[in-house]
Formats: sequence, C-alpha cells, structure tokens
Amino acid sequence: MANKIRVATTSLAGCFGCHMSFLDIDERMLQLVEVVEFDRSPITDIEHCTNCDIGLIEGGVCNSENVHVLREFRNNCKILVAVGACAINGGLPAMRNHIPLEECLNEAYLDGIGVENPQIPSDIELPLLLNQVHPIHEIVKIDYYLPGCPPSADVFWKFLTDLIEGREPSLPYELVHYD
Amino acid sequence: MSKTITIDGKVIPFEDGQTIMDAAMAAGVYIPHLCHQPEFTPHGSCKLCTVKVNGRNCSACTYPAMDGQEVLNETQELIDDRKRITQMLFVEGNHLCPGCEKTGNCQLQAVAYHLNMLDNHFPAFYPEREVDASHPEVMIDHNRCIFCTLCVRASHEKDGKDVFAISGRGIHKHLIVNAESGLLKDTDMAATDHAAHICPTGAILIKRTGYQVPIGERIYDHKEIDQVSLATEHLKHGE
Repeated sequence: MANKIRVATTSLAGCFGCHMSFLDIDERMLQLVEVVEFDRSPITDIEHCTNCDIGLIEGGVCNSENVHVLREFRNNCKILVAVGACAINGGLPAMRNHIPLEECLNEAYLDGIGVENPQIPSDIELPLLLNQVHPIHEIVKIDYYLPGCPPSADVFWKFLTDLIEGREPSLPYELVHYD
Repeated sequence: MSKTITIDGKVIPFEDGQTIMDAAMAAGVYIPHLCHQPEFTPHGSCKLCTVKVNGRNCSACTYPAMDGQEVLNETQELIDDRKRITQMLFVEGNHLCPGCEKTGNCQLQAVAYHLNMLDNHFPAFYPEREVDASHPEVMIDHNRCIFCTLCVRASHEKDGKDVFAISGRGIHKHLIVNAESGLLKDTDMAATDHAAHICPTGAILIKRTGYQVPIGERIYDHKEIDQVSLATEHLKHGE
C-alpha cells in the first residue's frame, strides 16, 4: 500500500464533465485503484493536497480561490496535468472575457430575465471573480495536456497507464479531440 | 528528360510553372497548409507549408519548383515550427472548439490534430471580435478568422463579386465586406457563392446547417487531413 501512486484531482472553473468522463473508465477503475491512491479529489472529499505524484486539473481559472487551489496543486504534485478544453484555453467560461465583469454580474443577478430579489452576492466567504478567465498554464507550469470537452475515458486511461508503466505519455490521432 | 525535385529524399517530377506544393500534391506528398487551395492563386500567408529548400525556409505554395531542388518537409524542426504557428493561430483568435459548429469539419483544428497539438503554449490573447449575423443565410464570426484570404480570392476569382477584403495591418488586421454599412446583408453575397463555402475555419458559416451532421461523425473525426487533402484537393491541380 505504501508504494501506491498518489493522484489528486480538482475542478476549477469547470463543469465536472471531465471528472464524469474520468469515471467512464468504468470497471478499469478497479485496476487503477490497485496501483493508485486518491488524495485531494471530489472522489475522496479530502480538502487539501499532500505530496502527490500526479495532479489532474479540470477547468480554467476564474476567481481568487482557483488561483490558490492551482498553486497548492503545483506545490504538491510532481506532475501537473491540464485536463480538458477549459484548463487548456479557458473554454466556454472564457466567452465572458469580452464582457466587462460588472455587466456579467448585472445580467446574472440584477437585470436578467426571471431574477427574483435582485442583489449582487457579496458574502465575504465568496471568492472574488477575476476580470477574465485564464488557462491554467498562464498561472503555473503544466507538464501534460489532455485536450477534449471532455477528454474521453480512453484518454485518461491511455495517459495514466503510460505514466504508471513508465512510458512517456502520448495520445494517438484518434484520441485527440478539442470537442 | 523530365525535371525533378526531391522531397525528404523522394524523387518528385514536376512541370514548368508548378510550385513545390503543386508537385508534392500531384505526387501524393502532403505538406500542411491552410491558406492554400489549388483552385486559387497562392497567397503564402499562413506559413504552415514552410519547407526547407536547399537549406532555406520557403512557402511551398508560392515557391516555384526548379530542377534539382532538395526540399525537406517532414523534419522534426519543421513539424515543431508548424505546431508553433498553429498554436499562434489559435491564441490570436478565439477558437473555442466545443462551442463552434464547424468542429470536426474545421481545417485549422484538423491541422492541429495532425500535428498532435495538445496545448496552445502561448498565453491566450482573447481579442475582441464581432459576429455579423445580419445576412439571412450566411454569418461571419470574426472570432475565428485566420486571414487566409480564401474568401477574398473565392469571391473575386470564382464569384466575380469582391464581397470580401482584408483591411488594416498587424494587430489591426481584419476581414471587411463590400458595403458602406459594413454588414454582410448589404453586400451581394449569396449562400450559393463559392466564397460562402471556402472558409477553412468556422468564420463563415451557412446558417441552419451546422448540426446536420452530428459531432463525432464529421470529416476529421476519423480521417486525418493529409488523407482528405490528397484525396480531394490534388484532383483540382492542373485545372
């Protein structure tokens, strides 16, 4: 048990779709957990990273908390992986980058159709939004990229088995998709 | 005796007047390209077809083939250069494939797949670009324009209309249409125009057709762009 490969995962400005796709490896998960132990992850509910071998990051960076979590992962993971379109290029959340933040908030919480009790959330517990959504490689060094929206279960499987078995990870043509 | 060049050591015949790209495609050798289509005057702007000719970098689509040339195409250095060029094309526009109806049929994406491009490398630029949905049948999403000028050439050379042009330089370069209002609806653009169907990316789209073929069953979902290009484009050479 002591020699298991430690893997942490998180979703920043993502939709958890990449995590759902990861779970689509289905029964192969049983093979995986024989050699892998999950650290911080929505799968374990562990709140903070300890020393890990692999960190999988879904989603781009849209608020201050995302920046802190991303740095925590970088500080604790030997290999950090950008998983999915949003982590790689900001993805669909980055479509707000052309709209001033105030306009976004007004539309969502004050002027939008069907808004009740209009007010812009200002609880001190809420992380502050950044003016723009950023890909994660703009904040920390990233070692590998798994494109896709989401990357298919086979992409996760190919990448992780390559790493675990000591090969340089690579994705053949049929596993590379941006959609 | 016929004249020949070599590409990566392979002997390729050519006729006077052919470019390196013409000769390569006729011989079934793929050189990546986006701004080139054999039916139109070569433009040499995307630089993806950069090859080494007798030790110097040249655009294969504009450079004339000459007897005895030694051309390098598939070297690691050139492949790496092409990947960087493609990454620059991605970050200079707003290319968000999951939200684009051209995904799977997009040549920019397909070239990136072909080069095994897994990331954008550069910081994202997120330029501010407009969408022109004024025309009833054709729309322009400037976010995805790579300034290849294929629509400009198609409109001028095939449609005889001059609907499109490129204006500005450097960071201010942008696609314009031939109307005082600047809107596509005020041009004589028709959905049947060649220019409406030539865009290698999702910048010029025919409305209400984008999802007729489901994602996953599109051209480049299963076929690499080198096969598609050689099968479809080289037939048009010599027209």
